[in-house]
Amino acid sequence: MFNDAQQSLEIRVNGEQRRVRHGLSIAQMLGELGLDPLRVAVERNLEVVPRASLAEVPVEDGDTYEVVHFVGGG
Amino acid sequence: MTAQQDIKADTWTVAGRTFTSRLIVGTGKYKSFEDNAAAVAASGAEIVTVAVRRVNIADPKQPMLTDFIDPKIITYLPNTAGCFTGEEAIRTLRLAREAGGWTLVKLEVLGEAKTLYPDMVETLRATEILAKEGFEPMVYCADDPIAARRLEDMGAVAIMPLGAPIGSGLGLQNLVTIRLIVEGAKVPVLVDAGVGTASDAAEAMELGCDGVLMNTAIAEAKDPVLMARAMKAAVEAGRMAYLAGRMQKRLYADPSSPLAGII
Repeated sequence: MFNDAQQSLEIRVNGEQRRVRHGLSIAQMLGELGLDPLRVAVERNLEVVPRASLAEVPVEDGDTYEVVHFVGGG
Repeated sequence: MTAQQDIKADTWTVAGRTFTSRLIVGTGKYKSFEDNAAAVAASGAEIVTVAVRRVNIADPKQPMLTDFIDPKIITYLPNTAGCFTGEEAIRTLRLAREAGGWTLVKLEVLGEAKTLYPDMVETLRATEILAKEGFEPMVYCADDPIAARRLEDMGAVAIMPLGAPIGSGLGLQNLVTIRLIVEGAKVPVLVDAGVGTASDAAEAMELGCDGVLMNTAIAEAKDPVLMARAMKAAVEAGRMAYLAGRMQKRLYADPSSPLAGII
């Protein structure tokens, strides 16, 4: 998918390894995964990223993300 | 004032938010989102509990709970089900606050998988941290009147003792301690867990609880929508009976028809 391996980053999202393009914000990375940033909450390297700054914080090589939402529960 | 007006005005308030329905329902264990939404509607609940879980990134277009139960109409109460340490629970609720923007949350820190009994040491510790971070935690707890008071001191906005183990449907096993908690609390008390059928919910309300939280009793009924209606009626009936003030029990009979004028 990415021609230049130099330009892609390796990250971990919800326990799965993913390669993404260099230079993406977290919001753009979520978009590439098919997720709506307005409907999820994101933790980057164990720190919650406020929704308002998802479009500003860049994805960096080696980042670990937890992307969560609400599901049925008691 | 008529009885009807009385009941209409009978609201309860938690952390500054006022509700009419005293029934909080969970959203787990349903066969489909449609069934879940229909049961919530039938229950009349204004608050539902929800869990915080990973998005399935392998299939991101799966339908979501929020597509079926609108958080603008029904208050979502994020829970920490499945958390066995204070840290896990706090981490979960920080994410929940970001996902929904809500500070009203349900804290539960479990002690063991077999009984799902709360770990009160961890629960108290997490309550204090959450309150300091600006959360308004409604707290699942043991039926211990002293622990309940401590929770209130730590910043719990509601005390939610179990009536029996989560998902057991055994009914309230602890009428005395629930009553003691109700008598001692300045914040709302809701029985959380243990209700199996409508009479259990009515019993909790007759003790003076401010509300009842349940999931499995509705979700695992053969007809969840009908059971949701039954629970709504039971909570209302129990509340009215509590307000009405029940008669004193007697050891022996007392005739209802006059003794005078017997032929």
